[in-house]
Amino acid sequence: MIGSLDTAVLQQIWWILAATVGSLFLFLTFVQGGQTLLWQVARNDTEKSLVINSLGRKWELTFTTLVLFGGALFAAFPKFYATSFGGAYWVWILILFTFIVQAVSYEFRKKPNNLLGARVYEIFLFINGSVGILLIGAAVGTFFTGSNFTLNQFNQVTWTHPLRGLEAAFSLFNLSLGLFLVFNARVLGSMYLLNNIDFALAPEMEMRLRRSCLISLACALPFLLYVLASLLLMQGFSFDENGVVSLVSGKYLANLLAMPAVLILLLAGLVLVVWGVILTAFLGGFRGIWFGGLGTVLVGLAVFFTAGFNNTPFYPSKADLQSSLSIFNASSSHYTLTAMTYVALVIPLVLAYIAYVWYLMDGRKIGAEDISDTKAY
Amino acid sequence: MGEIDLALVNWSRAQFALTAMYHWLFVPLTLGLSFLCAFFETIYVKTGNEEWKHLTKFWMTLFGINFAIGVATGIILEFEFGTNWSNYSWMVGDIFGAPLAVEGIVAFFLEATFFAVMFFGWDRVSKGFHLFSTWMVAVGSNLSALWILVANGWMQYPTGMAFNPDTVRFEMQNFWEVLFSPVAIAKFTHTTSTSFLVAVMFVFAVSSYYLIKRRHVEMAKRSILVASVFGLISFVYAGLTGDESAYNNARIQPMKLAAYEGLYEGKRGADLVAFGVMNPDKTVGDGQDPFLVEVAIPKGLSLLGKRQFDAFIPGVNDLVYGNAEENIVGYDQKIERGKQAIADLSAYKDAQKAGDAGAAEIALAQFKENQEFLGFGYLQKPEDGIPPVQTSYYSFHIMVYLAVFFGLLCLAYLVYGIKDTIEEKRWLLPFGVISFFLAMIASQAGWVVAEVGRQPWAIQNMLPVGVATSNLAAGNVMTTFWMFAILFTLLLLAEIKIMLNQIKKGPEGA
Repeated sequence: MIGSLDTAVLQQIWWILAATVGSLFLFLTFVQGGQTLLWQVARNDTEKSLVINSLGRKWELTFTTLVLFGGALFAAFPKFYATSFGGAYWVWILILFTFIVQAVSYEFRKKPNNLLGARVYEIFLFINGSVGILLIGAAVGTFFTGSNFTLNQFNQVTWTHPLRGLEAAFSLFNLSLGLFLVFNARVLGSMYLLNNIDFALAPEMEMRLRRSCLISLACALPFLLYVLASLLLMQGFSFDENGVVSLVSGKYLANLLAMPAVLILLLAGLVLVVWGVILTAFLGGFRGIWFGGLGTVLVGLAVFFTAGFNNTPFYPSKADLQSSLSIFNASSSHYTLTAMTYVALVIPLVLAYIAYVWYLMDGRKIGAEDISDTKAY
Repeated sequence: MGEIDLALVNWSRAQFALTAMYHWLFVPLTLGLSFLCAFFETIYVKTGNEEWKHLTKFWMTLFGINFAIGVATGIILEFEFGTNWSNYSWMVGDIFGAPLAVEGIVAFFLEATFFAVMFFGWDRVSKGFHLFSTWMVAVGSNLSALWILVANGWMQYPTGMAFNPDTVRFEMQNFWEVLFSPVAIAKFTHTTSTSFLVAVMFVFAVSSYYLIKRRHVEMAKRSILVASVFGLISFVYAGLTGDESAYNNARIQPMKLAAYEGLYEGKRGADLVAFGVMNPDKTVGDGQDPFLVEVAIPKGLSLLGKRQFDAFIPGVNDLVYGNAEENIVGYDQKIERGKQAIADLSAYKDAQKAGDAGAAEIALAQFKENQEFLGFGYLQKPEDGIPPVQTSYYSFHIMVYLAVFFGLLCLAYLVYGIKDTIEEKRWLLPFGVISFFLAMIASQAGWVVAEVGRQPWAIQNMLPVGVATSNLAAGNVMTTFWMFAILFTLLLLAEIKIMLNQIKKGPEGA
């Protein structure tokens, strides 16, 4: 059944799937946001333990979603995987480093005899939440600003900038997108912790979290506005019916106007995030994360759709326009996309059991007994 | 496709070896200990005996410490194909990417989701659901092994695909052939069963230490009993699947078999070297005896590789220089035809670019005649196709000798465990303590055989490592090699310290 679909349809399905995984990852960066809030909102060991144990039950899902994002891109758009990872070497290696150090930190931080001391593991968590997310944002920014590579006739990549990807972080647009994601993660982190922790032991932390949610949004806004304004005004990459790539003024604005559904996703997403913050900061609510999370997913989808649909190469090359990658020239074969689409049919089941387990595990908030347990982080 | 930068290739190989071997320090324990925890907890739920719960929690604590660093060292492997082997990723991504994505979808989420329940859910979910979660962690970990080993098996035995000259890549034709290839099945079953053995040895090591110290005696004895049953079953299974792997090698990767058996001159009724010291000066074609000392089982290798006493097993010489009598085409001829294939492919691409359909068609027809030798065209000389023979030989033999030891140890622990006299066997317990370290060596050696033994191929006979790398300056890879070496070593030291501390504390700390 799926096999009878056109390659172009499958390519679009896979861009939607990849975008969904990527957007869910952005929502799940509440873990990273929470990590950067640790020192700010938790003033003593009890408060710290509450924060770490709350995040510690979720960090692996964020991590796994990132890995799946990589795997899905590899399977569906191998030319992007090969070009970006092999080309923008340093930016990806540094991102990976921040996730490697994150992965041990929850388990090792409080264990006696842990070689580096609790403080170092907390620094690891902070680096993951700040540098890691910033660089991911910068990498996503290159979907719009372009990268420095050429492909030869065998589709092998040559990177033309000596910084091998790190140069992305020196573009104001990419940097702003990165910083926006860092602060958005902190917004989400505050909301999540408010929702997940029982504040009987730490009444003051509740207030600090509400405040940090608002402050984080205030910090995120200028970067968001700069990104949005630039996006609407900048020249964008476009390809015609022959696949020839050119620079077009107002390309991304045109994309949003040509795809009103995407524009609606973007606006609805932003409204939801802001409403989540209002709920959290001013109305004493604990459910801000639902709005902030959903809003972030919608904004993420809008970003990926603007980058990849409507004849837009999602991984453009500044060095050689014709080397730019689109969902049509970077994808796997029809056969592989078909096989993978069948596999993807289990995704709803996966989401269902994750949701069910969260429901069971989060039935009671993280409290005193969770941080005194010997299993606690 | 440009000049091959040897420094880059070697640093890329070194980095992959380093990261994969570090990752493999932790994975076997995850694969096996997850099942052992599930067994322990099942007994607890069945009997309702709180001591089994205590025991389960103790092993889970050690499992968790190991799991975290396994995850940390694992993420790099998922992305390293892209960062360091981008030409590989492009050329075979259409096939190789799929199992990695499937691994993420079906396995990683099971692990990640239920891991949280297993650790933090004791009083948040029902007893039954907790047990279910523990089983799901075991199933998820092993499913993840399945998919990554399918991917690895495909590199050893590329099947279910075809080369597409238009996209200049290999494309999948049959998903089931990739999934159910005999090499993939043997890889998965052998790797998991041997990993179970590693975990069993870990339980032996810790429990034997307690018995020597006369601490936590009941817990240690209980753990040993369950582990030794699991160990013995795994041992038998590992033996059968190991035999299947050798049989596959003889058909599919004869050079690997020749290397790890130290066989230079092929023959009918080839002997199996049971024990031997290799001649370090031996090179291919020099006529020297490859062994200084050897004890061989007559016709054993023919039986192992072809399941017939008088079958011909080709040696390194036959494969490199050809053997007309046995119908073996040498690497020299394959290289020549491979170079022709590369030239025809380039001509095809050039003609296409120039819009000359006639010339393109001719070039394509010529290319197809030699396309199966494409990979050989990148080798400079026939001898480049030989893997490091001595490394393969010693790794293989160390693995086999140690495997025999593990089998005997499982048997002894089971017998004395049932008789309930194990704590009196003071002479035996030190063997139990060192068994885990030996198991790590055997497990790593197994991967050395599998991966060093197939050099120089990233994809067997199709893509040598030299053309699989990213287009990077070697200095970049050298830098990241040292970054990983330092970071992973630090994390390993931290892990060992934490683990030892936890073992010292015993189940009271769990």
